[in-house]
Amino acid sequence: MSQVTNGAVMAAEAESREFLVFSLGEEEYAIDILKVQEIRGYENVTRIANAPDFIKGVTNLRGVIVPIVDLRIKFHLESVEYGGQTVVIVVNVADRVVGIVVDGVSDVMTLTPEQIKPAPEFGVTLSSDFLSGLGSLDDRMLVLVDIDKLLTSEEMALVDSTSTR
Amino acid sequence: MDIADFFDTFFEEAEELLADMEQHLLELDVDNPDGEQLNAIFRAAHSIKGGAGTFGFSVLQKTTHILENLLDHARKGELVLRADLVDTFLEAKDIMHEQLDAYRNEEAPDQEAYERICHTLQQIALDEIGQTLEAPVAAPEPVAKPEELPSNEADHSQLIVALLNVSEKDRVLLVEELEQLGDVQAQSGDEKRYEVILNGDVSADDIEAVMCFIIEPEQIEITSAGDGHSAAASDVEQNSAKNAPVPTPSAPEPVKNPPVDAKQAAASSAKPKKAAAESSSIRVSVDKVDQIINLVGELIITQSMLDQTVSDLDDQSVSNSSLQNGMSLLQRNARDLQEAVMSIRMIPMEFVFSRFPRVVRDTAGKLGKEIELVTEGKSTELDKSLVERITDPLTHLVRNSLDHGIEMPDKREALGKPRTGKLILSARHQGGNILIEVRDDGAGMDRERLLAKARENGLNVSDAMTDEEVYQLIFAPGFSTAEAVTDVSGRGVGMDVVKRNIQGMGGRVEIQSKKGEGTNTRIVLPLTLAILDGMSIKVGGETFILPLSTVLESLQPTKNDMYAMAGDDVVLKVRDEYLPVIAIHEVLDVENAITDPTQSIAVIVQGEGRRYAMLVDELIGQQQVVVKNLEDNYRKVPGISAATILGDGSVALILDITGLHRLSRVKKEAGKVVNNQPISFYKEAEPS
Repeated sequence: MSQVTNGAVMAAEAESREFLVFSLGEEEYAIDILKVQEIRGYENVTRIANAPDFIKGVTNLRGVIVPIVDLRIKFHLESVEYGGQTVVIVVNVADRVVGIVVDGVSDVMTLTPEQIKPAPEFGVTLSSDFLSGLGSLDDRMLVLVDIDKLLTSEEMALVDSTSTR
Repeated sequence: MDIADFFDTFFEEAEELLADMEQHLLELDVDNPDGEQLNAIFRAAHSIKGGAGTFGFSVLQKTTHILENLLDHARKGELVLRADLVDTFLEAKDIMHEQLDAYRNEEAPDQEAYERICHTLQQIALDEIGQTLEAPVAAPEPVAKPEELPSNEADHSQLIVALLNVSEKDRVLLVEELEQLGDVQAQSGDEKRYEVILNGDVSADDIEAVMCFIIEPEQIEITSAGDGHSAAASDVEQNSAKNAPVPTPSAPEPVKNPPVDAKQAAASSAKPKKAAAESSSIRVSVDKVDQIINLVGELIITQSMLDQTVSDLDDQSVSNSSLQNGMSLLQRNARDLQEAVMSIRMIPMEFVFSRFPRVVRDTAGKLGKEIELVTEGKSTELDKSLVERITDPLTHLVRNSLDHGIEMPDKREALGKPRTGKLILSARHQGGNILIEVRDDGAGMDRERLLAKARENGLNVSDAMTDEEVYQLIFAPGFSTAEAVTDVSGRGVGMDVVKRNIQGMGGRVEIQSKKGEGTNTRIVLPLTLAILDGMSIKVGGETFILPLSTVLESLQPTKNDMYAMAGDDVVLKVRDEYLPVIAIHEVLDVENAITDPTQSIAVIVQGEGRRYAMLVDELIGQQQVVVKNLEDNYRKVPGISAATILGDGSVALILDITGLHRLSRVKKEAGKVVNNQPISFYKEAEPS
């Protein structure tokens, strides 16, 4: 019951939105398409020493130095391989450009507010703070990631917490 | 380079500042003014005044000065704003703009408008806050005979300055100020009336300008010795004479326009030359230039990729040879384009430094000091955006040094120093930064005085503060230890702006000072977009860049030269010197690197005055690289100062020598740092 009311509240707040759906292993995730700048292959990444293992390094995106984060490592997926299919989604968050490595990009989905369910409390690896909900589409479930919150969070170590910017 | 080269820069800057000022004035909510906005308007006026003073545009300088005074009162809340006051300020801004145009066209600014606006502004000061600011201008009794002007000041070679109802404490300060203006012949009197006889080439106006910030103008009476008539009357008379046509270097001839309608006069004189004044340069936003630089970089990379493909073709047929010709042409054009684009941004520090001889000369002349200016590192190249933004803060710092730092020649002699003070401006690359220093051999800073002043201003200070912290106090808004506000400095706005500007560039200001020996103000700017001469090295399969300026030599270490020290430390003996060894593959966890030191190459580097031996696999060569900031999209990385993009489009990291050394120490202390504890590690490694 309470879920229904929550859903109704969210419906009042949001119109239907478009999401980019990508896969990590067997799971399907989605992020707000307005955050996505471009999609490119995984190549030419320069390793950064002493960085967390999910930060693969930095790459040159038309003259801009962009850090590359592998969400598969961050989410503790078992198989992490880099091949021709490995895709980097370049996103714009908090005035920064960041690339995230995923197993594949499937499609762009429009979700109506009714299709977005609140995320349950779970997960040590992925705190529900970083989720904007769960999308249900027929029999598929999409994990809607709040990419802003996730990438600027302390545990991602992407942003200088001490910086004066 | 000639000072005239900077006129255009000043005109453009002043125009922007005026536009800013107008916008802020228009947005200002008179009933509930925003303090920050008032500050912004005030700062714009202050900056224009400073620039106008530097270039000798005295009419503009004086107009701005009066306006600035009013704005100062407004931002302190002593002047209650009304819509009609804002209108007057806007009008003043328009007149300043006309004056600016006049100077740009090398004409004399409109005297009529100048006097009218000065009069109006002073009237406001008088009506609203009950004080005269500089001196009342007599009603547009315009265009006095020019020959009267310069000599007028000299006529009053002896003045009697009477201070009425001035406390002893203030009096001492005032007399000190007077001593700076001229020779104090005699002084006597009591609190009610204290007379100082002053010899020198000073006008009553100057004296008032100096004093009116300490005491009210009514408390000063200035009489020229030998003519006995009433103080107040002579006051006005002198001022009206002084405020009449002011001779300027660029406009020595008197204004010809008869006193018609001021506005009309301004319009008619400004119009015909407008077209000629169109500037031959355009201002482009730095973002656009950056974008072009990035795109050209991509173009070069695409071109070398194509080049590779074409050279792989074995078929030497005719169609291929024309393709190859086309490719080599493309290559040349692309390189030329890149060079041309890069040159837009990079200019040597000389561009900044060359405006200082004039600044120093003028300021020193005004203050009666003897100063020798030395510049070092003029060829240090700096990004244009940084050059533009460093000029103003640097001017403030130089003036500050001249005004507060270097003592009067007589005092210097008494202290056993040479009469001529020395001011050194230097620029150089250091670590991942550009270091610009303003050094003087003056009085240095007085810790106690700064602390006392800070307490007076209600700042939170304690005696336990370090010297560096105490010196930083001068950057607090509104902080000034100068007892009087002069044309040169002392209003406390400068230093606050200096710090703001430098922080805005991602830099910092440090002050080193020794009482009696001088002050060294160091501006440390990040290298963003500066070009770096680098030495590329290889470790394992990875390429890194060492700043060439840090590299002293390289050699192949032998077993006999390596000594183990307590723990894991290793030192390398190079010509009787033991240097700490930093193995890059250990510090940066590079795999597949050469681990046997005798098989690797030791590069001797110097950072912050210390030398280290860095073990690398291979030296690749020297090249110029464009420095890219890592912090834009990522964060500070210990041991890495920045990144760059290599010819093949990949990213190479630029090493920070001292950072690497610190990192290797931290690593050794922590044992092998495990990758999944990065956050605590980062915190330890980050410099405060």
